[in-house]
Amino acid sequence: MIWETVRLALLALRRNKLRSALTMLGIVIGVAAVIAMVTVGQGSSRSVAASVESLGTNVLTVRPGGRGFGPGPASSGPTRPFTLRDADALAELPVIAHVSPTVSSLQTVVAGAANMSTSVTGATSGYLAVGGWTVVSGRGFDRSEDRASASVCVIGETVRRTLFGAADPVGRELRAGKVTCEVIGLLQAKGAGAFGQDQDDLVLMPIRTVQRRLLGSENVSSISVALAPEVSSQRGAREIEALMRDRRRIAEGAPNDFNISDRAQIAEVLTGINSVLTGMLSSVAAVSLLVGGIGIMNIMLVSVTERTREIGIRLAVGAEGRQVLTQFLVEAVVLSLVGGIIGVIVGLGLAFGASLYMAIPFAPQAYVVLMAFAFSALIGVMFGFFPARKAARLDPIDALRHE
Amino acid sequence: MSPAASRPPLIELADVCRVYGSGETEVRALDHTDLVIQQGEFVAIMGPSGSGKSTAMNTIGLLDRPSSGRYLFNGVEVQGLDRDQRALLRRHFLGFVFQGFNLLPRTSALENVELPLIYKGMPRPERIARARAALAKVGLEGREDHDPSQLSGGQQQRVAIARALVGDPMVILADEPTGNLDSHRSHEIMKLLQKLNREDGITIVMVTHEDDVAAYARRLVIFADGRIRSDSAMAERATA
Repeated sequence: MIWETVRLALLALRRNKLRSALTMLGIVIGVAAVIAMVTVGQGSSRSVAASVESLGTNVLTVRPGGRGFGPGPASSGPTRPFTLRDADALAELPVIAHVSPTVSSLQTVVAGAANMSTSVTGATSGYLAVGGWTVVSGRGFDRSEDRASASVCVIGETVRRTLFGAADPVGRELRAGKVTCEVIGLLQAKGAGAFGQDQDDLVLMPIRTVQRRLLGSENVSSISVALAPEVSSQRGAREIEALMRDRRRIAEGAPNDFNISDRAQIAEVLTGINSVLTGMLSSVAAVSLLVGGIGIMNIMLVSVTERTREIGIRLAVGAEGRQVLTQFLVEAVVLSLVGGIIGVIVGLGLAFGASLYMAIPFAPQAYVVLMAFAFSALIGVMFGFFPARKAARLDPIDALRHE
Repeated sequence: MSPAASRPPLIELADVCRVYGSGETEVRALDHTDLVIQQGEFVAIMGPSGSGKSTAMNTIGLLDRPSSGRYLFNGVEVQGLDRDQRALLRRHFLGFVFQGFNLLPRTSALENVELPLIYKGMPRPERIARARAALAKVGLEGREDHDPSQLSGGQQQRVAIARALVGDPMVILADEPTGNLDSHRSHEIMKLLQKLNREDGITIVMVTHEDDVAAYARRLVIFADGRIRSDSAMAERATA
């Protein structure tokens, strides 16, 4: 008899394709949304953790201006800029391994028929060491090029792809603003940065070239330093602060007119932002699960109302209440299971696609899959079962008369 | 004495009341009703709406429960049975034909007729054979795979009759079986019921409000205000 009941349930599902599909859709959406969002959230978490790691924690950046986070001076009023001599002085400190003063300028870069707008960064040979870059083809700047305004450049993967396609760019020429330079090196791709920016979208030129020929200024906008191994960032910051205060003749007790940011602080902020984001995604996921649940509930309720006559017919021809109920329960279980499985597949698929697109790791979580699945199945079964039980308890004649 | 009198009547309602609601809004649909129907009878029940005829029918069909009084089915008291026991009785001894046909939508004629047999626990091949035979009996061979929506009203009612008779019931209860049909189809349906009564000995109890439909029966019971106002044998109508 139980197989007969299962058969009846499957027949009923097949007969009412639209209703079955709609019920399943509710489950699919609920499950897929939760799985996709939590998986993407987890992936971005991991991605942030990875980029925080790749930042290196023994890198400090010194910028002119008051204390603040992010680019540009946070305090008002004119700030005294840095120059390359500040960078040279920092390089003398024993706690510092590499110094990388930079300036940057937004330029249209042209090579042959292709062009793009990108940030041209004036840098020295220390840039690659501080930023942890590897040259995959050609070479970086040498020390002689640091000091001369040579017409050479090193480009990132995105710039290569846009301007030169798949070809090896080394030895080719490109023009940035008024400056034509020879490409001498290609950097290994790093992917998206901690803020989602494309780290490979860059053109490096010797800092003097950018200062004189693109900006017409001797200023240096920031100086990043890599500390020597075993040197804590606190100690490095202390020594840098002392040196800079001395060089800038800041009276004792007066506030710094420059700021030192520690990558560890950036990492902290990023991790904080990320946990807020993950929390937000989770609440959105919870809401979609709820909405999916309400969808399932609705269709189940409507379908039982619609099917009360059917229940009446079955009771009239001699079905026991229990048999009718079992049939409805089997229907709800089948719908929830199939919908849940499709939801898991769709959710993981969406998460996979989004991870690829956003270049973050694909991080499926077994507990999320199970939880979403269980919740939807529970709602599907509950709302298939309880209204059906109510209907199966009606007197057959009331069920038959139901309009 | 006829041989039928030596065994208990098929249906015996004794002092049955059915009350809906309570207090001010109380409706007494059956008011101390007595009714006896013997095996093999063809009874038409008539009466104005609200006279209790449908309630009597549903009570006989074990779809509704009397508030008080006794109901003996084939000599056995059934008024106190629970839902499942009444379902078993319906399954094995009763067949229903309704005014609104009450077929399962989007379900073939064959599957509709098969339905009562599923609940009897009959194996599938036998079910299908018997459902086909029942459809043939009501003149619907070749329509087994049609949905109700592909059939005319008369054909749908024939499917319903096939469903009622497929389980070899002792009695078929028909609640205004021609209420939704034109007069031509009504006569076809009535001839079919008459044939089942004469040739297969199935007891038929039918509620109707049309005189020419009631004329097919051999006994006419008229209800008024929850009581039987008249109960008379009728001359058998010749089959045209």
